[in-house]
Amino acid sequence: MNRRLFLQRIVSLLLTLGLPVGLFTKKPAAAAVKNGKSGAKPFYGMGIDIDKCIGCAKCMEACKAENDVPKEPFFFRTWVERYVIKHDGSVSIQSIGTATNPSSETVVEKDILRSFFVPKLCNQCANPPCVQVCPVGATFQTEDGVVLVDDIRCIGCRYCIQACPYGARYLHPEKQTADKCTFCYHRISKGLLPACVEVCPTQARVFGDVNSVASPLTRLKRMNKIHVLKPYLNTEPKVYYANLDGEVK
Amino acid sequence: MLDIFRKLPDAVVRLAVVVILLAATVTFILSSLPPALKRRDLQRAAAVERESAREIKYAGAGTCAECHEMEYTQKKGGYHRNVSCETCHGPAKNHAENPVDFKPPAPRDRQFCPTCHAYNASRPRGFPQINPISHNPLKPCYTCHQPHDPKPPTVPGECQACHGEIERTKAVSPHALLECTTCHVTPEQHKVNPRGVRPTKPATREFCAQCHGTNSTVEGPPKIELATHGEKYLCWQCHYPHMPEVD
Repeated sequence: MNRRLFLQRIVSLLLTLGLPVGLFTKKPAAAAVKNGKSGAKPFYGMGIDIDKCIGCAKCMEACKAENDVPKEPFFFRTWVERYVIKHDGSVSIQSIGTATNPSSETVVEKDILRSFFVPKLCNQCANPPCVQVCPVGATFQTEDGVVLVDDIRCIGCRYCIQACPYGARYLHPEKQTADKCTFCYHRISKGLLPACVEVCPTQARVFGDVNSVASPLTRLKRMNKIHVLKPYLNTEPKVYYANLDGEVK
Repeated sequence: MLDIFRKLPDAVVRLAVVVILLAATVTFILSSLPPALKRRDLQRAAAVERESAREIKYAGAGTCAECHEMEYTQKKGGYHRNVSCETCHGPAKNHAENPVDFKPPAPRDRQFCPTCHAYNASRPRGFPQINPISHNPLKPCYTCHQPHDPKPPTVPGECQACHGEIERTKAVSPHALLECTTCHVTPEQHKVNPRGVRPTKPATREFCAQCHGTNSTVEGPPKIELATHGEKYLCWQCHYPHMPEVD
Protein backbone atom coordinates (compact mmCIF):
# COMPACT_ATOMS: atom_id res chain seq x y z
CA MET A 1 0.00 0.00 0.00
CA ASN A 2 1.49 3.28 -1.02
CA ARG A 3 0.97 6.54 0.80
CA ARG A 4 -1.61 7.87 -1.68
CA LEU A 5 -3.85 4.79 -1.41
CA PHE A 6 -3.55 4.87 2.39
CA LEU A 7 -4.69 8.51 2.60
CA GLN A 8 -7.59 7.85 0.19
CA ARG A 9 -8.85 4.97 2.32
CA ILE A 10 -8.56 7.00 5.52
CA VAL A 11 -10.66 9.83 3.99
CA SER A 12 -13.37 7.49 2.69
CA LEU A 13 -13.52 5.68 6.05
CA LEU A 14 -13.96 8.99 7.90
CA LEU A 15 -16.70 10.07 5.50
CA THR A 16 -18.67 6.83 5.81
CA LEU A 17 -18.40 6.93 9.61
CA GLY A 18 -19.03 10.66 9.99
CA LEU A 19 -22.07 11.14 7.77
CA PRO A 20 -24.53 8.91 9.68
CA VAL A 21 -23.34 10.34 13.01
CA GLY A 22 -23.99 13.89 11.78
CA LEU A 23 -27.39 12.94 10.39
CA PHE A 24 -28.71 11.42 13.59
CA THR A 25 -27.43 14.05 16.02
CA LYS A 26 -30.24 16.42 17.01
CA LYS A 27 -29.76 19.96 18.24
CA PRO A 28 -31.23 20.32 21.76
CA ALA A 29 -33.58 23.24 20.95
CA ALA A 30 -34.94 21.57 17.82
CA ALA A 31 -35.50 18.39 19.79
CA ALA A 32 -37.49 20.28 22.41
CA VAL A 33 -39.74 21.89 19.80
CA LYS A 34 -40.34 18.51 18.23
CA ASN A 35 -41.22 16.97 21.59
CA GLY A 36 -43.87 19.64 22.08
CA LYS A 37 -45.42 19.07 18.68
CA SER A 38 -45.78 15.35 19.22
CA GLY A 39 -48.00 16.17 22.21
CA ALA A 40 -45.94 14.19 24.72
CA LYS A 41 -44.94 17.26 26.75
CA PRO A 42 -46.54 20.69 26.72
CA PHE A 43 -44.58 23.55 25.17
CA TYR A 44 -45.61 26.62 27.11
CA GLY A 45 -46.34 30.07 25.77
CA MET A 46 -48.25 33.20 26.76
CA GLY A 47 -50.66 35.42 24.89
CA ILE A 48 -51.19 39.11 25.66
CA ASP A 49 -54.10 41.14 24.33
CA ILE A 50 -53.04 44.79 24.30
CA ASP A 51 -56.66 45.93 23.82
CA LYS A 52 -57.60 44.44 27.19
CA CYS A 53 -54.71 45.66 29.34
CA ILE A 54 -55.84 48.44 31.72
CA GLY A 55 -52.40 49.08 33.22
CA CYS A 56 -53.44 48.30 36.80
CA ALA A 57 -50.03 46.74 37.63
CA LYS A 58 -51.65 43.83 39.50
CA CYS A 59 -49.45 41.44 37.50
CA MET A 60 -46.29 43.23 38.60
CA GLU A 61 -47.32 43.07 42.25
CA ALA A 62 -48.43 39.44 42.08
CA CYS A 63 -45.18 38.44 40.38
CA LYS A 64 -43.12 40.10 43.10
CA ALA A 65 -45.17 38.43 45.83
CA GLU A 66 -45.13 34.98 44.25
CA ASN A 67 -41.47 34.88 43.27
CA ASP A 68 -39.82 36.78 46.15
CA VAL A 69 -38.51 39.44 43.80
CA PRO A 70 -36.89 42.15 45.98
CA LYS A 71 -39.33 45.01 46.64
CA GLU A 72 -36.54 47.56 46.21
CA PRO A 73 -34.52 48.42 44.15
CA PHE A 74 -37.08 48.28 41.40
CA PHE A 75 -36.35 45.01 39.63
CA PHE A 76 -39.20 43.26 37.89
CA ARG A 77 -39.68 39.87 36.24
CA THR A 78 -42.67 41.35 34.46
CA TRP A 79 -43.43 45.00 33.94
CA VAL A 80 -45.91 47.15 32.00
CA GLU A 81 -44.90 49.92 29.63
CA ARG A 82 -47.18 52.83 28.83
CA TYR A 83 -46.88 54.03 25.25
CA VAL A 84 -48.07 57.53 24.41
CA ILE A 85 -47.99 58.58 20.76
CA LYS A 86 -48.56 62.31 20.36
CA HIS A 87 -50.04 64.28 17.48
CA ASP A 88 -46.55 65.51 16.52
CA GLY A 89 -45.49 61.87 16.03
CA SER A 90 -43.24 61.66 19.07
CA VAL A 91 -43.47 58.52 21.18
CA SER A 92 -42.94 58.40 24.92
CA ILE A 93 -42.52 55.08 26.70
CA GLN A 94 -42.71 54.85 30.46
CA SER A 95 -42.68 51.84 32.75
CA ILE A 96 -45.74 52.23 34.97
CA GLY A 97 -45.52 52.17 38.75
CA THR A 98 -47.28 49.87 41.19
CA ALA A 99 -49.82 50.90 43.85
CA THR A 100 -47.01 51.35 46.38
CA ASN A 101 -44.92 53.36 43.95
CA PRO A 102 -47.34 55.10 41.60
CA SER A 103 -46.25 56.90 38.47
CA SER A 104 -47.56 60.40 37.81
CA GLU A 105 -49.33 61.62 34.68
CA THR A 106 -46.81 63.50 32.54
CA VAL A 107 -48.72 64.00 29.30
CA VAL A 108 -51.38 66.58 28.48
CA GLU A 109 -54.36 64.62 27.23
CA LYS A 110 -55.03 66.91 24.26
CA ASP A 111 -51.60 66.02 22.80
CA ILE A 112 -52.32 62.29 22.76
CA LEU A 113 -53.03 60.71 19.38
CA ARG A 114 -53.24 57.19 20.77
CA SER A 115 -52.02 55.45 23.86
CA PHE A 116 -51.96 51.94 25.34
CA PHE A 117 -50.20 49.63 27.79
CA VAL A 118 -47.78 46.85 26.83
CA PRO A 119 -47.10 44.17 29.46
CA LYS A 120 -43.64 42.68 29.05
CA LEU A 121 -41.83 39.68 30.46
CA CYS A 122 -39.29 37.05 29.43
CA ASN A 123 -40.34 35.84 25.97
CA GLN A 124 -39.19 32.27 26.77
CA CYS A 125 -37.66 32.13 23.29
CA ALA A 126 -37.58 28.76 21.53
CA ASN A 127 -34.13 29.82 20.29
CA PRO A 128 -32.83 31.73 23.32
CA PRO A 129 -29.76 33.97 22.93
CA CYS A 130 -29.20 34.01 26.71
CA VAL A 131 -28.61 30.24 26.72
CA GLN A 132 -26.03 30.52 23.94
CA VAL A 133 -23.86 33.02 25.79
CA CYS A 134 -23.82 31.46 29.27
CA PRO A 135 -20.20 30.38 29.87
CA VAL A 136 -21.07 27.84 32.60
CA GLY A 137 -24.28 26.38 31.18
CA ALA A 138 -26.31 27.72 34.10
CA THR A 139 -29.21 28.92 31.97
CA PHE A 140 -31.02 26.33 29.89
CA GLN A 141 -34.30 25.44 28.23
CA THR A 142 -36.47 22.79 29.82
CA GLU A 143 -38.36 20.22 27.76
CA ASP A 144 -41.57 22.19 28.18
CA GLY A 145 -40.00 25.26 26.63
CA VAL A 146 -39.26 27.36 29.72
CA VAL A 147 -35.86 29.02 30.02
CA LEU A 148 -34.59 28.62 33.59
CA VAL A 149 -31.53 29.79 35.53
CA ASP A 150 -29.70 27.30 37.73
CA ASP A 151 -28.74 29.66 40.54
CA ILE A 152 -26.16 27.21 41.95
CA ARG A 153 -24.23 27.15 38.65
CA CYS A 154 -24.68 30.86 37.83
CA ILE A 155 -21.52 32.88 38.47
CA GLY A 156 -23.22 36.27 38.00
CA CYS A 157 -21.14 37.29 34.97
CA ARG A 158 -24.10 39.22 33.45
CA TYR A 159 -23.46 37.93 29.89
CA CYS A 160 -27.08 36.78 29.60
CA ILE A 161 -28.39 40.13 30.86
CA GLN A 162 -26.47 41.78 28.02
CA ALA A 163 -27.55 39.19 25.47
CA CYS A 164 -31.30 39.34 26.14
CA PRO A 165 -32.81 41.55 23.41
CA TYR A 166 -35.93 42.11 25.55
CA GLY A 167 -34.24 43.32 28.74
CA ALA A 168 -36.00 40.57 30.68
CA ARG A 169 -33.11 39.67 33.01
CA TYR A 170 -31.58 41.38 36.00
CA LEU A 171 -28.95 40.53 38.57
CA HIS A 172 -30.63 39.50 41.82
CA PRO A 173 -29.16 41.92 44.39
CA GLU A 174 -29.03 39.34 47.22
CA LYS A 175 -28.15 36.13 45.41
CA GLN A 176 -25.85 37.90 42.90
CA THR A 177 -27.11 35.57 40.17
CA ALA A 178 -29.10 36.25 37.03
CA ASP A 179 -32.87 36.16 37.61
CA LYS A 180 -35.84 36.25 35.27
CA CYS A 181 -39.42 35.16 34.68
CA THR A 182 -39.88 31.38 34.89
CA PHE A 183 -43.55 31.38 33.79
CA CYS A 184 -43.99 30.56 37.52
CA TYR A 185 -42.51 27.12 36.89
CA HIS A 186 -43.44 25.93 40.39
CA ARG A 187 -47.10 26.76 39.66
CA ILE A 188 -47.44 25.50 36.08
CA SER A 189 -45.77 22.19 36.98
CA LYS A 190 -48.67 21.68 39.44
CA GLY A 191 -51.34 22.68 36.95
CA LEU A 192 -51.87 26.23 38.25
CA LEU A 193 -51.66 29.37 36.15
CA PRO A 194 -48.71 31.77 36.45
CA ALA A 195 -49.39 34.40 39.12
CA CYS A 196 -49.69 37.28 36.63
CA VAL A 197 -52.28 35.37 34.56
CA GLU A 198 -54.12 34.39 37.74
CA VAL A 199 -54.62 37.97 38.95
CA CYS A 200 -55.12 39.76 35.61
CA PRO A 201 -58.61 41.28 36.07
CA THR A 202 -59.35 41.66 32.35
CA GLN A 203 -57.86 38.41 30.97
CA ALA A 204 -55.33 40.43 29.00
CA ARG A 205 -52.88 37.61 29.70
CA VAL A 206 -53.60 34.01 28.76
CA PHE A 207 -51.32 31.05 29.26
CA GLY A 208 -51.11 27.56 27.81
CA ASP A 209 -49.52 24.97 25.59
CA VAL A 210 -48.68 26.48 22.19
CA ASN A 211 -49.44 23.18 20.47
CA SER A 212 -52.82 22.48 22.07
CA VAL A 213 -55.82 22.34 19.76
CA ALA A 214 -58.30 24.11 22.04
CA SER A 215 -57.16 26.44 24.81
CA PRO A 216 -57.46 30.14 25.63
CA LEU A 217 -54.02 30.68 24.10
CA THR A 218 -54.92 28.89 20.88
CA ARG A 219 -58.15 30.84 20.67
CA LEU A 220 -56.29 34.14 21.13
CA LYS A 221 -53.89 33.12 18.37
CA ARG A 222 -56.72 32.08 16.08
CA MET A 223 -58.98 35.09 16.59
CA ASN A 224 -56.34 37.84 16.44
CA LYS A 225 -53.49 38.98 14.28
CA ILE A 226 -50.47 38.00 16.32
CA HIS A 227 -47.14 39.75 16.63
CA VAL A 228 -44.03 38.86 18.58
CA LEU A 229 -41.35 41.30 19.71
CA LYS A 230 -38.27 41.66 17.47
CA PRO A 231 -39.08 38.76 15.12
CA TYR A 232 -36.09 39.64 12.90
CA LEU A 233 -33.70 38.35 15.59
CA ASN A 234 -34.95 34.77 15.00
CA THR A 235 -35.26 34.15 18.71
CA GLU A 236 -38.72 32.63 18.14
CA PRO A 237 -40.38 34.28 21.16
CA LYS A 238 -43.30 32.45 22.77
CA VAL A 239 -45.05 35.52 24.15
CA TYR A 240 -47.66 36.34 21.52
CA TYR A 241 -49.15 39.83 21.34
CA ALA A 242 -52.59 40.56 19.91
CA ASN A 243 -53.43 44.07 18.68
CA LEU A 244 -49.82 45.21 19.06
CA ASP A 245 -49.11 48.71 17.74
CA GLY A 246 -46.36 49.19 15.16
CA GLU A 247 -44.58 51.62 17.47
CA VAL A 248 -43.75 48.84 19.94
CA LYS A 249 -40.24 47.71 19.23
CA MET B 1 11.23 -5.02 31.69
CA LEU B 2 13.68 -3.12 33.84
CA ASP B 3 16.20 -3.44 31.01
CA ILE B 4 14.06 -1.11 28.94
CA PHE B 5 14.09 1.52 31.69
CA ARG B 6 17.84 1.18 32.01
CA LYS B 7 18.30 1.64 28.29
CA LEU B 8 16.16 4.81 28.31
CA PRO B 9 17.80 8.11 29.22
CA ASP B 10 17.33 9.10 32.87
CA ALA B 11 15.39 12.28 32.02
CA VAL B 12 12.73 10.34 30.07
CA VAL B 13 12.16 7.94 32.97
CA ARG B 14 11.66 10.83 35.41
CA LEU B 15 9.23 12.49 32.97
CA ALA B 16 7.29 9.25 32.63
CA VAL B 17 6.96 8.96 36.41
CA VAL B 18 5.60 12.50 36.64
CA VAL B 19 3.12 11.89 33.80
CA ILE B 20 1.89 8.65 35.37
CA LEU B 21 1.46 10.31 38.76
CA LEU B 22 -0.48 13.23 37.21
CA ALA B 23 -2.74 10.89 35.25
CA ALA B 24 -3.43 8.83 38.38
CA THR B 25 -4.31 11.97 40.39
CA VAL B 26 -6.68 13.25 37.70
CA THR B 27 -8.39 9.85 37.36
CA PHE B 28 -8.77 9.60 41.13
CA ILE B 29 -10.28 13.07 41.46
CA LEU B 30 -12.66 12.50 38.54
CA SER B 31 -13.82 9.13 39.82
CA SER B 32 -14.31 10.36 43.40
CA LEU B 33 -16.39 13.43 42.39
CA PRO B 34 -20.13 12.92 42.85
CA PRO B 35 -21.90 12.51 39.49
CA ALA B 36 -24.02 15.62 40.16
CA LEU B 37 -20.89 17.73 39.79
CA LYS B 38 -19.88 16.22 36.48
CA ARG B 39 -23.04 15.52 34.55
CA ARG B 40 -24.96 18.46 33.11
CA ASP B 41 -28.22 16.53 32.70
CA LEU B 42 -28.24 15.76 36.45
CA GLN B 43 -27.49 19.39 37.29
CA ARG B 44 -30.38 20.54 35.14
CA ALA B 45 -32.78 17.96 36.51
CA ALA B 46 -31.86 19.16 40.01
CA ALA B 47 -32.39 22.79 38.99
CA VAL B 48 -35.82 21.97 37.52
CA GLU B 49 -36.63 20.08 40.73
CA ARG B 50 -35.65 23.06 42.91
CA GLU B 51 -37.63 25.44 40.72
CA SER B 52 -40.77 23.25 40.89
CA ALA B 53 -40.49 22.89 44.67
CA ARG B 54 -40.70 26.62 45.39
CA GLU B 55 -43.45 27.86 47.65
CA ILE B 56 -46.82 28.74 46.06
CA LYS B 57 -48.48 31.88 47.40
CA TYR B 58 -51.51 32.36 45.14
CA ALA B 59 -53.98 29.51 45.67
CA GLY B 60 -55.79 29.91 42.34
CA ALA B 61 -59.36 30.89 41.48
CA GLY B 62 -60.99 27.50 42.11
CA THR B 63 -59.79 27.15 45.70
CA CYS B 64 -61.81 30.02 47.22
CA ALA B 65 -65.15 28.71 45.91
CA GLU B 66 -64.85 25.59 48.08
CA CYS B 67 -65.69 27.58 51.26
CA HIS B 68 -66.89 31.03 50.12
CA GLU B 69 -69.85 29.75 48.17
CA MET B 70 -72.02 32.85 48.61
CA GLU B 71 -69.40 35.26 47.28
CA TYR B 72 -68.64 32.86 44.44
CA THR B 73 -72.25 32.61 43.24
CA GLN B 74 -72.71 36.35 43.68
CA LYS B 75 -69.61 37.12 41.65
CA LYS B 76 -70.09 34.69 38.78
CA GLY B 77 -73.07 36.55 37.32
CA GLY B 78 -71.64 40.07 37.61
CA TYR B 79 -69.13 42.18 35.79
CA HIS B 80 -66.35 40.96 38.07
CA ARG B 81 -66.93 37.31 37.13
CA ASN B 82 -63.53 37.05 35.45
CA VAL B 83 -61.67 38.87 38.22
CA SER B 84 -59.87 36.35 40.40
CA CYS B 85 -60.52 36.63 44.17
CA GLU B 86 -56.80 37.09 44.79
CA THR B 87 -56.66 40.07 42.44
CA CYS B 88 -58.20 42.20 45.18
CA HIS B 89 -57.66 40.11 48.32
CA GLY B 90 -54.00 39.29 47.66
CA PRO B 91 -52.15 35.96 47.86
CA ALA B 92 -54.19 33.54 49.98
CA LYS B 93 -52.54 30.11 49.81
CA ASN B 94 -51.70 30.31 53.51
CA HIS B 95 -55.32 31.24 54.27
CA ALA B 96 -56.53 28.20 52.31
CA GLU B 97 -54.26 25.97 54.40
CA ASN B 98 -54.90 27.67 57.73
CA PRO B 99 -58.12 29.71 57.57
CA VAL B 100 -58.01 30.72 61.24
CA ASP B 101 -54.56 32.25 61.58
CA PHE B 102 -54.21 33.89 58.19
CA LYS B 103 -56.85 36.32 56.99
CA PRO B 104 -56.43 37.93 53.58
CA PRO B 105 -57.22 41.66 53.64
CA ALA B 106 -60.50 43.02 52.26
CA PRO B 107 -59.53 46.38 50.75
CA ARG B 108 -62.15 48.98 51.71
CA ASP B 109 -59.95 52.01 51.08
CA ARG B 110 -61.15 54.56 48.54
CA GLN B 111 -57.69 54.48 47.00
CA PHE B 112 -58.04 50.80 46.06
CA CYS B 113 -60.71 50.60 43.35
CA PRO B 114 -59.25 53.49 41.30
CA THR B 115 -56.15 51.30 40.72
CA CYS B 116 -58.21 49.88 37.90
CA HIS B 117 -61.14 52.30 37.59
CA ALA B 118 -59.52 55.76 37.69
CA TYR B 119 -59.60 57.52 34.34
CA ASN B 120 -56.43 57.02 32.31
CA ALA B 121 -56.13 58.01 28.66
CA SER B 122 -54.26 54.77 27.92
CA ARG B 123 -57.01 52.47 29.20
CA PRO B 124 -59.08 50.73 26.53
CA ARG B 125 -62.26 52.49 25.42
CA GLY B 126 -65.37 51.12 27.12
CA PHE B 127 -63.63 50.10 30.33
CA PRO B 128 -65.59 51.71 33.22
CA GLN B 129 -63.53 54.63 34.53
CA ILE B 130 -64.25 57.49 36.93
CA ASN B 131 -62.50 60.62 38.06
CA PRO B 132 -61.72 59.84 41.73
CA ILE B 133 -61.65 63.54 42.64
CA SER B 134 -65.12 64.43 41.38
CA HIS B 135 -66.87 61.04 41.73
CA ASN B 136 -68.73 61.17 45.11
CA PRO B 137 -65.69 62.42 47.03
CA LEU B 138 -64.88 60.89 50.44
CA LYS B 139 -67.45 58.08 50.13
CA PRO B 140 -65.95 54.59 50.14
CA CYS B 141 -66.75 52.77 46.89
CA TYR B 142 -68.67 49.96 48.61
CA THR B 143 -71.38 52.34 49.94
CA CYS B 144 -72.85 52.38 46.41
CA HIS B 145 -71.19 49.44 44.61
CA GLN B 146 -71.09 45.84 45.85
CA PRO B 147 -67.56 44.71 44.87
CA HIS B 148 -68.63 41.10 44.21
CA ASP B 149 -71.37 42.26 41.84
CA PRO B 150 -70.65 45.87 40.91
CA LYS B 151 -73.39 47.83 39.16
CA PRO B 152 -74.18 51.49 38.80
CA PRO B 153 -76.48 52.28 41.78
CA THR B 154 -79.26 53.46 39.47
CA VAL B 155 -79.92 52.56 35.86
CA PRO B 156 -79.12 55.50 33.61
CA GLY B 157 -82.17 57.54 32.62
CA GLU B 158 -80.70 59.26 29.60
CA CYS B 159 -78.43 58.04 26.83
CA GLN B 160 -75.94 60.76 27.65
CA ALA B 161 -75.15 59.24 31.03
CA CYS B 162 -72.90 56.83 29.15
CA HIS B 163 -72.71 58.28 25.63
CA GLY B 164 -71.78 61.81 26.72
CA GLU B 165 -69.35 62.40 23.91
CA ILE B 166 -71.93 61.60 21.23
CA GLU B 167 -74.55 63.68 23.06
CA ARG B 168 -72.28 66.76 23.21
CA THR B 169 -71.35 66.39 19.55
CA LYS B 170 -74.96 66.03 18.47
CA ALA B 171 -76.00 69.04 20.60
CA VAL B 172 -74.14 71.46 18.31
CA SER B 173 -75.01 69.69 15.06
CA PRO B 174 -78.01 70.09 12.71
CA HIS B 175 -79.36 66.88 14.27
CA ALA B 176 -79.51 68.51 17.74
CA LEU B 177 -83.29 68.28 17.98
CA LEU B 178 -83.50 64.59 17.03
CA GLU B 179 -83.93 62.10 19.85
CA CYS B 180 -81.43 59.19 19.92
CA THR B 181 -84.41 56.88 19.55
CA THR B 182 -85.36 58.51 16.22
CA CYS B 183 -82.64 56.46 14.55
CA HIS B 184 -81.73 53.81 17.18
CA VAL B 185 -84.31 51.32 18.39
CA THR B 186 -83.17 50.82 22.00
CA PRO B 187 -84.44 47.85 24.00
CA GLU B 188 -85.01 48.66 27.70
CA GLN B 189 -82.65 45.79 28.55
CA HIS B 190 -79.75 47.79 27.07
CA LYS B 191 -79.70 49.96 30.21
CA VAL B 192 -78.85 47.07 32.51
CA ASN B 193 -76.94 44.90 30.05
CA PRO B 194 -75.27 47.42 27.75
CA ARG B 195 -73.03 45.01 25.86
CA GLY B 196 -75.35 42.03 25.76
CA VAL B 197 -78.34 43.88 24.31
CA ARG B 198 -77.41 46.55 21.81
CA PRO B 199 -79.48 49.26 20.12
CA THR B 200 -79.99 49.02 16.38
CA LYS B 201 -78.33 51.23 13.80
CA PRO B 202 -79.95 52.32 10.50
CA ALA B 203 -78.69 49.91 7.88
CA THR B 204 -80.28 51.19 4.68
CA ARG B 205 -80.04 54.29 2.46
CA GLU B 206 -83.80 54.49 2.48
CA PHE B 207 -83.81 55.23 6.23
CA CYS B 208 -82.00 58.56 5.79
CA ALA B 209 -83.99 59.26 2.64
CA GLN B 210 -87.17 59.45 4.74
CA CYS B 211 -86.03 63.02 5.52
CA HIS B 212 -83.28 63.66 2.98
CA GLY B 213 -84.74 62.15 -0.21
CA THR B 214 -86.24 64.46 -2.87
CA ASN B 215 -89.63 62.77 -2.53
CA SER B 216 -89.69 63.24 1.27
CA THR B 217 -92.49 65.36 2.69
CA VAL B 218 -90.43 66.65 5.64
CA GLU B 219 -89.69 70.37 5.28
CA GLY B 220 -86.22 71.73 5.97
CA PRO B 221 -83.48 69.09 5.68
CA PRO B 222 -81.22 69.20 2.59
CA LYS B 223 -82.52 66.92 -0.13
CA ILE B 224 -80.69 64.49 -2.43
CA GLU B 225 -81.75 62.27 -5.31
CA LEU B 226 -81.32 58.79 -3.88
CA ALA B 227 -80.81 57.11 -7.26
CA THR B 228 -77.87 59.31 -8.36
CA HIS B 229 -76.29 60.37 -5.06
CA GLY B 230 -73.41 58.45 -3.52
CA GLU B 231 -73.51 55.34 -5.73
CA LYS B 232 -73.37 52.12 -3.72
CA TYR B 233 -72.39 53.57 -0.34
CA LEU B 234 -74.46 53.67 2.80
CA CYS B 235 -75.01 57.21 4.08
CA TRP B 236 -72.74 56.88 7.14
CA GLN B 237 -69.82 55.76 5.02
CA CYS B 238 -69.39 59.43 3.99
CA HIS B 239 -71.45 61.42 6.55
CA TYR B 240 -71.13 61.15 10.33
CA PRO B 241 -74.77 61.08 11.47
CA HIS B 242 -74.11 62.69 14.88
CA MET B 243 -72.36 65.67 13.24
CA PRO B 244 -73.43 65.83 9.57
CA GLU B 245 -71.52 68.47 7.61
CA VAL B 246 -73.38 71.59 6.47
CA ASP B 247 -72.49 73.07 3.07
